[in-house]
Amino acid sequence: MTALVAMKDIEKSFPGVRALHNAQLDLRSGEVHALMGENGAGKSTMMKILAGIYRRDGGEILLDGKPVEINSPRQAQDLGIGIIHQELNLMPHLTAAQNIFIGREPRKAGGLLLDEAKLNADAAEIFASMHLKLDPRTPVGGLTIARQQMVEIAKALSYRSRVLIMDEPTAALNDAEINELFAIIARLKTEGVGIVYISHKMDELKRIADRVTVMRDGEYIGTVPAAETPVEKIIAMMVGRALSDERPVVPDHSNSEIVLEVRNISRGSEIRDVSFSVRKGEILGFAGLMGAGRTEVARAIFGADRRDGGDVFMHGKKVDIRKPEDAVRAGIGYLSEDRKHFGLATGMDVRNNIVLASLSRFAGTGGLLREAAMHDAAVRYIDRLAIKTPSDRQEARLLSGGNQQKIVIAKWLLRDCEVLIFDEPTRGIDVGAKNEIYKLLNALAQQGRAIIVISSELPEVLRLSHRIAVMCEGRLTGILPAGASQEEIMHLATLRGEQNNKPAKGATK
Amino acid sequence: MSTTTSTANVSSGPRFSGAQHRLLAFASLIALVTVFSLASPNFMQTSNIIAILQATSVNGVLAIAATLVIITGGIDLSVGTLMTFCAVCAGVVLTFWGMPLGLGVLAAILAGAASGTLSGTFVAKLKIPPFIATLGMMLILKGLSLVISGTRPIYFNNSPGFTQISQGSLIGSVFPTLPIPNGVLILFLVAIAASFILERTILGRFTFALGSNEEAVRLSGVNTNRWKIAVYALAGSICGIAGLLIASRLNSAQPALGQGYELDAIAAVVIGGTSLSGGRGTIIGTLIGALIISVLANGLRILSVAQEWQTVVTGSIIILAVYTDILRRRRL
Repeated sequence: MTALVAMKDIEKSFPGVRALHNAQLDLRSGEVHALMGENGAGKSTMMKILAGIYRRDGGEILLDGKPVEINSPRQAQDLGIGIIHQELNLMPHLTAAQNIFIGREPRKAGGLLLDEAKLNADAAEIFASMHLKLDPRTPVGGLTIARQQMVEIAKALSYRSRVLIMDEPTAALNDAEINELFAIIARLKTEGVGIVYISHKMDELKRIADRVTVMRDGEYIGTVPAAETPVEKIIAMMVGRALSDERPVVPDHSNSEIVLEVRNISRGSEIRDVSFSVRKGEILGFAGLMGAGRTEVARAIFGADRRDGGDVFMHGKKVDIRKPEDAVRAGIGYLSEDRKHFGLATGMDVRNNIVLASLSRFAGTGGLLREAAMHDAAVRYIDRLAIKTPSDRQEARLLSGGNQQKIVIAKWLLRDCEVLIFDEPTRGIDVGAKNEIYKLLNALAQQGRAIIVISSELPEVLRLSHRIAVMCEGRLTGILPAGASQEEIMHLATLRGEQNNKPAKGATK
Repeated sequence: MSTTTSTANVSSGPRFSGAQHRLLAFASLIALVTVFSLASPNFMQTSNIIAILQATSVNGVLAIAATLVIITGGIDLSVGTLMTFCAVCAGVVLTFWGMPLGLGVLAAILAGAASGTLSGTFVAKLKIPPFIATLGMMLILKGLSLVISGTRPIYFNNSPGFTQISQGSLIGSVFPTLPIPNGVLILFLVAIAASFILERTILGRFTFALGSNEEAVRLSGVNTNRWKIAVYALAGSICGIAGLLIASRLNSAQPALGQGYELDAIAAVVIGGTSLSGGRGTIIGTLIGALIISVLANGLRILSVAQEWQTVVTGSIIILAVYTDILRRRRL
């Protein structure tokens, strides 16, 4: 059969970088085709070429076997190619229907007036075809991220898209929402829509993908059937080597000093009376569903958000933390889940990002900065953490996610924090770099730092943690030893208030 | 522009770096000077060049102050009326109270620093958007200048040295062939000092960092409020210097003057390639921007172009300058 889309020998270079070389993809109608590869493998570039955002330098694109030129997003839409970006592009104050038909609103009275009734009816029709229960008149800003994504999909369908590109669509969704999304994807398949699905999550691919194409370093590696191919093989194709899935070796911490102790912190309904402690050299994992309050706890300890009550102790001494400055002075560092917004000054270079939390140390008389010392410090951590960058003057935003994360880690190591709180340390980081981050966390614990890791990926929590704290609806529902099963964690993560009247005791020993 | 060419721009359009943008601004300045000197023999006269530089001094110093605030991602609409307020303060100290010259100078600079501290506090601590906070300050200072001066100009006839601040020539007293007025000398000294602070000191580094990602800086444990207030205070004291320059040139503090200067200052900053969204910018760019504006005004006047057309040209240059900046950024 003729492929719906065939991209052949695609070439693309940016100044100084060859992004794609001999890249291939063929998409059949009615299939979900996963496009996989580490960050920087060229997946997004490939899809931006298909969606008309970039122009290819070489190769050809066939649609239904016929060569096509796609020079703009508009042309791609006209050809029936829709893309749903990782960051949604909706206008929050407009309704769902207005968003879907923006720029193409049905008119009446000879084109002078908007036909709001037809607008809503048309949108309702698309929602019905998706089996989605949503009032087209709802302002999008009030919808959950998942619902907003559905609106984006509806918008793509309104162009009669036969090809739908989804870039990490589940990154911000919870399990129920993911199920709803997958149901819609399944329906689109039966209607013959071909879907290119970019994701880092292996379990999802197993659930919905028909075939998987793997890219590495801008090149085509291979296409395999999703169901029959073991995950290890796909990962090996992605990284060019096999990864082991080991469990942590838990050292005996019983004689180690308690570095950080948190007692009874609370904030509104987000954090309810949470207490726990971390010892020197220990990695304490925080598991829980989205919205369980883990990030909130971290931010409250760090002073990034105010808290209603509760105390923080370092080495048994109470510390008064009202703002991040206080936390850092007490030796607590926080690595946010959202590096681009809260971690990095992306427009500044690697050197300045690494020294950002310690800048005053490099200021001499009159506030004059000692650039040579800053350079030495930056280079030392670039070497130590194996940060891949041409130099310490490279702008941080030009580095890959894994290397950006290492810069943030370097920032806190240079500040010499005893307690490091990692919030989703491997989000948006490819498989190979994840392993490096894991090794780094283990090394930091061995050096005697107390480490807290918040992660939504259970395998990650299990692999890293010496103890696992589980939260649900703002409560700490229990603390499990390393080696706990996924079932035990999920049980605690879904332990709602009614069934859990006693306060969590696992924490304060 | 057709869709085809606009997409082509994405992959192969003109590419400017920040340095190239400044080079471009500098090249436009040279081009303007060349065109005007070819068009009129009067343009390149030493006296005219000095007049242009002297005319740049006040706006240049104000634009340097505005640059600092704009790099933090803020904006300062109060630089013009703050300049006047500082001049009036100097007038009160020197003329009303009859104090020595040095105290008048100090009063202007301290008044600027105090006002900047206040604006910075509104922005940093009270979280009032910079546009609104400094718009309010602009009006407050305008009113205060009128109140303090009793709505009349204050003349500096009791302080004979005062006019020397801007109009004397230290350089000319050493090199009689180069009668460059002190006002111009001060502009360049302020530029060098501001440039040094921005590029080499911790305050400058945080100025850029705040504009680049303030929340990331805060979460790095930095007292962002303190640094932000410091930047506004520094900008305020530079406005104080501008106040001294203009008062010295007019030998009076004119309380009704000032409003409108902030727009010329911001125009110079923008033409010089500093991004209004913060995080990037240079003093040398701002200096070139201020010079472009004065050269245009001067050259067009020599060519007998009507005043009203001069503003049309300046406006067009602003739009052109920002458009080249957008072209540059599109490539990044």
